[in-house]
Order: sequence, then C-alpha cells, then structure tokens
Amino acid sequence: MSVLLDTARRFETPEGIDLTLRIAGPVPRAVAWCIDLAIRAVAYLVLGFVLGLLGGLGVGLSLLLLFLAEWFYPVVFEARRGATPGKQALGLAVVHDDGAPLTWSSSMVRNLLRAVDFLPVGYGLGLACMLVNRDFKRLGDLAAGTLVVYREGAPTDSGDFEGDLLAPPGSLTVAEQSTLLAFAERAGALTPERRVELAEVLSPLTGKRGDAAVSTLLGYANWVARGR
Amino acid sequence: MRQEQFERAHETAWQALERLLAVRRGEAVTDDTDPHRLPELYRGLCNDYALALSRGYSPLLVERLHGLALRAHQVLYRRDGAWLWRSLQFVAAVFPRTLRRHARLLWLACALFLLPGVLLGTWCANDPEAIFSVLGDAQVAEIEAMYDPLNRVPGREPERSADSDFAMFGFYIFNNIGIGFRTFAGGILLGIGTVFTLLYNGVVIGGIAGHLTGTGFGETFWPFVSGHGAFELTGIVVCGCAGLLLARAVLAPGRMPRARALREAALEAVKLVSGAALLLVLAAFVEAFWSSSASVSATVKYAVAAAAWLAVLLYLAFAGREHGPR
Repeated sequence: MSVLLDTARRFETPEGIDLTLRIAGPVPRAVAWCIDLAIRAVAYLVLGFVLGLLGGLGVGLSLLLLFLAEWFYPVVFEARRGATPGKQALGLAVVHDDGAPLTWSSSMVRNLLRAVDFLPVGYGLGLACMLVNRDFKRLGDLAAGTLVVYREGAPTDSGDFEGDLLAPPGSLTVAEQSTLLAFAERAGALTPERRVELAEVLSPLTGKRGDAAVSTLLGYANWVARGR
Repeated sequence: MRQEQFERAHETAWQALERLLAVRRGEAVTDDTDPHRLPELYRGLCNDYALALSRGYSPLLVERLHGLALRAHQVLYRRDGAWLWRSLQFVAAVFPRTLRRHARLLWLACALFLLPGVLLGTWCANDPEAIFSVLGDAQVAEIEAMYDPLNRVPGREPERSADSDFAMFGFYIFNNIGIGFRTFAGGILLGIGTVFTLLYNGVVIGGIAGHLTGTGFGETFWPFVSGHGAFELTGIVVCGCAGLLLARAVLAPGRMPRARALREAALEAVKLVSGAALLLVLAAFVEAFWSSSASVSATVKYAVAAAAWLAVLLYLAFAGREHGPR
C-alpha cells in the first residue's frame, strides 16, 4: 500500500482513514458507453415497432420516450445505482471526488454536459479533456466533481498455497508481505524455471537454492496469508 | 496483539456490518442486527482498519477491511430520501430563489436574447426582404404557409386533432428541452455555446415574428405564440443564465481555483436548468393543446397569455421570498 499505482487515488473519510479508489480510463468507459447505446437501440427498436401502430399518439409517445432516454437514462441509473448497466457490466461506478455516492444534481451536471463532451464528434472533446487530466475526467466530471472508478470487488481469498507453514525470519513490512503473496498467487502460472529464478533472488535470505527456495517462499506466503 | 486474536475479537462486528450492507443492497432479506447500529459498526471498522494497517497485519485482512469500509462509506454517506417533499420545495422556493441570486446574469441572458430579437423584428417588419438574410427561401415559405390566414384548415375531425396534438407535444418536449439543455451545456466552452444559442434564437424568433407581422399574418401568429411564449421564452433565457453561470466560473473564477469555482457554479446552474426544464414542459403542453386549438377566439387567447406572463413573472420575482431581516 505504500507505493500507489498511478491510477489509484486516496481520499480521507471523516473518520480519519484513507480509502483508495482506482480510476477507470477512457477505454473501459467507451466500451461501457457502447453497451448502453446498444441497450437503448434495442429498446428504441422494440418501442418504435409497438408505438408505430398507434398513429399520432405513438409518434408523440416515442418522441417523449426518446427525449427521456437520451438525456435521462444515465442520470437516473447513476443517481440511483451509481452506474449505468453498461458501466455495471464493466465493473465501473461513478462517485464524487471524496468517494461519496453520486447525488441527483451531480448526476444531472455530468450527464447534461455530455452534449458538450460529445462535440465535435464521438466524444472528441471529452476524450481530449480526459487525456490532459490526471483523473481521466471529461468536462462533465470536472463540473460535477465526479470520478469514474472501478467498483471494489469482493476480496479474493486465495486460501492456502501449496507447501508447509514456515515462519519468515524477522518481521516483514506490509509491502514485503504483499510481494510474497503476489509471488505465491502467480507461482502456478509461471514456468518452473522462472519460479526458481525469481525465488533465488531471495537466496541470501533463505539460504536455499532451486526448488527448495520456491517452497520456502510459499511457506512464508502461507504464514503471511494466515496472518501469523 | 497477534492478528488471529485481533480477528477473533472483531469478527462478529465485521460480519454484522457485512450483513447490514447486504440487506441495504437487497441481497439478503432480513437481519436481526439493528440497522441503527450501522454508523457505530462503521466507526469501529474504521478503527480496526487503521490498526490493521499500522500493525502490518496480512494484506488479505487489510484488503478485506478496506473493501468493507469503502462499501459502508458509500451507504452511510448517501444523500437521498424525501424526494417528493424536496421537489415541492424546489418548485415553491428553491428555483426562484436561486434565479434571483443570479439576477445579473439573468438580465444579461435576457439582453442577449431580446436585443437581437427586437432589432431583427423591427427590421423584418419594415422590410419584407430582410427575413431572407436570416432564413432560407424554403423555410420562409413553410412558415408563411403555416400562418397564412387563408390556409387555415377548418374541419379537422376532433379525434384526429387530439392525436396530432399529442404528436406535437412529444416533438416540442424533445426539441425545445433538448435546445435548453444544450444552451446550458455550451456555457462550459467559455460561454461561446450559450451566447451563440441565445443570439441565434433571438435573431430567428424576432425575425419571424417581425416578418409575419409586417406581411399581415400577425392575426394568426400572435394568438398562437402568445400563450406558450410566457413559459418558453423564459425557459430559454433561464437556460441561458445557467450556461452563463458556468462560463463565468471558467472565465472569471474570482478567488477560487477554477475547478472549484466550476463545481460550485454547476451545482447552482443545474437547479436553474431543472426549473427551466419544468417551464419548457409547461410550454410544450400549452403549445400543443391550447395554442393550436382553433375554436378559441383571439381575445381569449390574448387574455390567457397576459395571465400566463403575469403568473410567470410574479412567480419568478416573489415565490419563496423570505420576509423580515435575515
């Protein structure tokens, strides 16, 4: 936790703890937008077909619904659930700069300003704004003070790793513990040679070489995972 | 304290919080934990998280507590509820109050819209050719046909007419409120979008009104537009005011950083836009169902229009005003 990735942002809650949010970039947001567009397009096709049978009443209703859907689809979903269905599908959510959930007014601001972000074509201005901005904010996000972040997933309980339980020498910092866990989690995906190569970086500490070095580190990781 | 002891001591509280959050999200049905314990459990969790972090407990535990704190924070700091009461308050007081707070920008928006309108209107009323410098031939012909007293279709069947009235209602909503929203949004582009929309609409509306009056179609034009004009023109000007509010924050943020000035201006502006949208919905309703009715005489329409203007102006000037010293 001491070294932050470049897209992680910290904010302090009134209770005095730091929480971390990971900012989403333009690509997942564009994909989410396409999903939302597809959802609306299907809805328009179905509604257009049904309302087409109703004559003038149908024309009026479909224009009314078109207006509501084009302007208020993101407003309502983001204000009520924090994300449009497209964003939800990609695990994104919209929050305030201080991590608090979106209010109706902020949702209105950021989504009405889509009209400007969309200019001159296909969110050109919004993209340009996101790229010169360290929080990937488009104009609407700047005005509303909002961030698009990755929804926090359920914590991955990786359980035990193969090997014994071994007490690490001395006490480890959180960063060192994280490194050990990361190694143990990825060990299965690495070739045996690469595993040995990585494990032998710590040979001066463990005094082991070859497969023994790997199993020693996995043992430490087990110890750390169980929180001894 | 070792991590195992720590976990054992606090596990029940964490699980109670997890269950409460699940209930809030609708994932679990009921829970015997008292919902009022949420803030207390959350504060306890914050404490535990800070301890776990500083004591260097396992990253897995730290990550779990962090995720839990993040989710609880989202639930605890949600601001909602009482939406019906708040929307009534908004209409009764918040919107007109906000508008009066920004009276100077409102007058500026009004001038940007009215001045070119009056100017073009006078010119087009005196010179029948002048309208062609604003609109194309086809558009002018279409507008003239719409308001030509000789072209009035007398015998529309009643149910057909109600049908097409509703179609027009949908169109007015879609078109006019869309324009209103864009007028507001254009404010963030240094105000260029807002100013352009206001000027352009002033020129076109003023030009058409002047031209039709000058060519003698005024007797069909004015009864038609006067009724909804009270709501539509004010709606457009209020949207313009909201856009100018954004523009001022970008151009002249005063003693605040630009980003913060923009955020604060946007919160005010969105109230204005919401109010303007309500005005435009009203305008669309009047335009579709009242203005278009051919059976009502012009005198009645003018009387209703005067009442509407009076009502709108009184509402904007006086609704929600606080009496006495502040």
